[in-house]
Amino acid sequence: MKHLLPEFDALRARFPAGFESSLVLPCLRRMQEDQGFVADTDIDALVAYLGVPRIQVEEVLSFYTQFRRKPIGRWHIQACRNVSCSLCGGERIIEHLANKLGIRPGQTTSDGRFTLSTVECVASCGSAPVVLINDTYHERVSPEQLDALLETLA
Amino acid sequence: MAKNTKLLMTFPVTPTSHTLADYRERGGYVTLDKALREMTPQEVRAEITASGIQGRGGAAFSMGRKWGVVNLNDGQPHYLCANADEGEPGTFKDRWILEEAPHLLLESMLIASYALQVRHAFIYIRGEFDLPYRRLAGALAEAYAAGYFGEEILGTGFACDLVIYRGAGSYVCGEASALITSIEGKRGYPRNRPPRLTVRGLYQKPTVINNVETLSNIVGIIAHGAEAFKQVGTTKNPGTRLISISGHINRPGVYEIEVGYPWAKFIYEDCGGIPGGRGLKAIIPGGISTKVLTGEEVAPLNLDNQELEAAGSSLGSGGMIVIAEGTCMVRLLQVMLRFYHHESCGQCTPCREGMGWLHRIIDRIVAGEGRPEDVDRLYQVSKLNDGNTICGMGDAAGYATVGILNKFRNEFEYFIEHKRSLCDGNLECHA
Repeated sequence: MKHLLPEFDALRARFPAGFESSLVLPCLRRMQEDQGFVADTDIDALVAYLGVPRIQVEEVLSFYTQFRRKPIGRWHIQACRNVSCSLCGGERIIEHLANKLGIRPGQTTSDGRFTLSTVECVASCGSAPVVLINDTYHERVSPEQLDALLETLA
Repeated sequence: MAKNTKLLMTFPVTPTSHTLADYRERGGYVTLDKALREMTPQEVRAEITASGIQGRGGAAFSMGRKWGVVNLNDGQPHYLCANADEGEPGTFKDRWILEEAPHLLLESMLIASYALQVRHAFIYIRGEFDLPYRRLAGALAEAYAAGYFGEEILGTGFACDLVIYRGAGSYVCGEASALITSIEGKRGYPRNRPPRLTVRGLYQKPTVINNVETLSNIVGIIAHGAEAFKQVGTTKNPGTRLISISGHINRPGVYEIEVGYPWAKFIYEDCGGIPGGRGLKAIIPGGISTKVLTGEEVAPLNLDNQELEAAGSSLGSGGMIVIAEGTCMVRLLQVMLRFYHHESCGQCTPCREGMGWLHRIIDRIVAGEGRPEDVDRLYQVSKLNDGNTICGMGDAAGYATVGILNKFRNEFEYFIEHKRSLCDGNLECHA
């Protein structure tokens, strides 16, 4: 975490005084962005840096669905399964991805390339069905388009 | 009503229309200058109250009344927070503002901060948003560089800083008290009221939380006056609404409509009707937590909260989902209940246990293992939540369930009796 400290200091300066507790989410997000997940040693370091109770950090990590405690595949595929996507073929997209990758949602391919997840509404209903690959929204996707896209991801 | 005035989508979207340069060309930040130099904070507040604008996030609470609770002379810091969590399924309208008009939100928040004597403002944006976040962060950097934020704004004594706070995946954080608990760096647990958040909110200080679209109307109201704003829309619900429409519809997307716009005209003319000319089975008007209306109920209505409430539903968050004839309402409810179960924060027993209960019942119906008493049990569990939880999510899940059961009970009874869907389990509209 040490190399992120200058960034964290800058972030801290943007919040009003006494808002140290507020830095838990942004710091965890940044740490996860850095190495793909939040390690136990990161929690120790963050607790020491912010002076917040360790339980607070643990609670945040287990509450918000975007946080991970373990590494996942290089490409994180998240397919929406909520109402509008389901009305526009989202279920077929999820089934197609699962068959193509040979894994169920929640699993990672054995070569560590892809992790497949389902997500709830990501506010892309007008361009359903939607699949996120890492941070990028891929909207109005068809199975064929996804096949072509997956080929390009090493 | 033939006119359909636009208040927000007033410019052509181009590759640069979201930038500060283009926004200034459209008259951007002139209204901030006017407010800071020519108006007192009280005058700004009076104008907002006089406009009669209601919240656009779902609850339709008067913005003036919400602001009115904040006492400018209480000697405490006040906080302002824009709710950009946009998590109600079917809703994607605020994305349009964040992506295409981020400076309109920022300028509006500066005027609001002046009116409420806020030194530190926040925008809480959902963690999954990528482009909306980058557009907003880019706009904020531009605004800081141009001196619209920080100390001595536009050479006046007014000072204001703004932080964009990103969520990390939680539906319930769109609920105002959960949202501020999240900004405090904790689990997004909703809080009991009273005290209201305008009395004790973020770090126990008076905090105003308004939806992105609600806030973005401030520039227009202050620029042209409350009277001009009230000329648009209906007497009780002035202004326009951004409607995000999705599902079985030919031209999904975000539309701005004047409140009172005819619903059928909107569906069949503006949005191009239903794929393959199918019949309209139902519409979920404003996010899945608003009660479903059948095609017949929708036909004569205008898009106005008063009319929708009289019909037993609400314009909610403006997240409209269109459902064509032939869609299986049992499987649709299954998708919804899986979602509510997934998103219950677990704080209140009726919601934590009730959502799981509803989800298990609907799963067994769809698996062909439904029991004759299951429909009544869905009603019963929905009722157990009503008014018995800290936030409105338990109620909302119940409304959604009861709404579908009331109108499509026969489909549930058929599924339980015949162990299969009356509509072949279809969710897609095969035109």
